[in-house]
Amino acid sequence: MEKLKFPSEEWIKAFKEEVNRNKAYEEAAKDWEGDFLFIATPDEGLEKEVVFYVDLWHGKCRDAYVVPSRDAKKAEFIYEGPYSNWKKLIMGEIDPIRGLLMRKFKLTGSMMKIMRYTKAASELVKTAQKIPTEFI
Amino acid sequence: MWEFTTPRTIVMGEGALEYLKEVEGKRALIVTDKVIRGLGFVEKVAKHLKEAGMDVKVFDDVEPEHSIEIVERGAELAREYGPDWFVALGGGSCIDAAKAIWVLYERPDIRVGEISPLIKLGLRKKAKLISIPTTSGTGSEVSWAVVITNTEEMRKMELASKEVVADISIIDPELPLSMPPKLTADTGIDALANAMEAYVSQWRNEFSDALAIGAIKIIFEYLSRVYKNPEDKEAREKMHYAATMAGLAFSNSQIGVAHALGHSLGAIFKIPHGRTVAVFLPYTIRYNAKEAMDRYATIAGAINIKSETDQQAVDGLIEAVRKLLRELDEPTSVQEMGISWEDYQSKLNDLVERAIASTGTIANPRVPTAEEYRKLFIYAFKGEEVDF
Ligand SMILES: [Zn+2]
Repeated sequence: MEKLKFPSEEWIKAFKEEVNRNKAYEEAAKDWEGDFLFIATPDEGLEKEVVFYVDLWHGKCRDAYVVPSRDAKKAEFIYEGPYSNWKKLIMGEIDPIRGLLMRKFKLTGSMMKIMRYTKAASELVKTAQKIPTEFI
Repeated sequence: MWEFTTPRTIVMGEGALEYLKEVEGKRALIVTDKVIRGLGFVEKVAKHLKEAGMDVKVFDDVEPEHSIEIVERGAELAREYGPDWFVALGGGSCIDAAKAIWVLYERPDIRVGEISPLIKLGLRKKAKLISIPTTSGTGSEVSWAVVITNTEEMRKMELASKEVVADISIIDPELPLSMPPKLTADTGIDALANAMEAYVSQWRNEFSDALAIGAIKIIFEYLSRVYKNPEDKEAREKMHYAATMAGLAFSNSQIGVAHALGHSLGAIFKIPHGRTVAVFLPYTIRYNAKEAMDRYATIAGAINIKSETDQQAVDGLIEAVRKLLRELDEPTSVQEMGISWEDYQSKLNDLVERAIASTGTIANPRVPTAEEYRKLFIYAFKGEEVDF
């Protein structure tokens, strides 16, 4: 399979398909309702902020695409961090929740709600790891 | 990257309380409860602080299940008084209340429920914290945790921030001598649960491991001894240190599902923290062993359980925990706590719901689904061996 650039429209589309194939995610997030902006802020070769909109609903990913800016789309949660930390997250070097505690990532939205779905969060990361990814 | 946060100074041993005479400051607010006051500890602490040249005020309204209102009242007093030291004196509830009062004092713009590792509190602009535990269990004196009861929702809010870790912690073995045996047992088994869960957590690290194992060894050696003989000074002293060591361990690793189950049970049925958590240990060890067999085997080895395989070691460890609970006259199943099956069953959905939402779920070696939580509650009620 051809490698997909992170971050890109192709990558987030592939992510959506992989999420919808992930049974463990489906089980862990079967009651989840809430959409996200995943934002990679510039560093290490990423020059402009990249914003993904990802709509997760009852164990499935209903939609996922790149939006032009963080103001272009509203979502219940914003999970953001520098590009280099996204790279580490996808490569499994940073845990998504521990990343928040160590302030590698910032969350806007209810932490309480996220805390109830940590297994789902780690399944999302595992899903991202399945995508053959080429970093900048 | 991970971090290990501790008080700057931990003072321990006989006469540790006298360290207070050397603390520099102007005004100290002692946060405590009426029981501790009745035992004469407040006077003693106040006397030392006065010798250090400080003015002293006492807030003794803390209750075992202290609510947001009590914390707010304490913060109001603090704002009028303007302390540069908070002195938390008592069990976990007094220390947790002091942490929350301190936060509201420095940050009148935030509410108790907003205390979280994700926000910068910016404490220590006005005051610092000295913690002095009088029980040997929760580890709150060195931990980042703040447990406050939301009385309206009957929920234990598990708040945390590295910033609320005390500046100075005084571990004086004289103070727990006053504990009656039941309290000794209830708090001691909390320390055991704290250490065991820290040791198997996904967030464990070499530093937390060393303290967790150290605490577990002490607890298995000395807890039933001090329960049977409350005057045993050596055992008292060891247990007092073990509780703090376990506190350092879990505060820099994480609690697990026994705490998730226990907090849930405790909030609904109003049973002391340690008892509600420890009762689940024999079940959660079996459940977690599917993912953390080797970790439990190491614990078993540390307390000299002889075994040929890891499986045998885990069996031995579960038996050792049950034996310890029995020696302490603690329940080994939920039904032994005097809860009826009908009552329990009617609250099962609520129990499960709360356990899932607990911070004990996040970093447990095996993350339970709602169905598995339900089963853990049921098996632990009936005292059945976990087989899933
Ligand atoms: Zn505990």
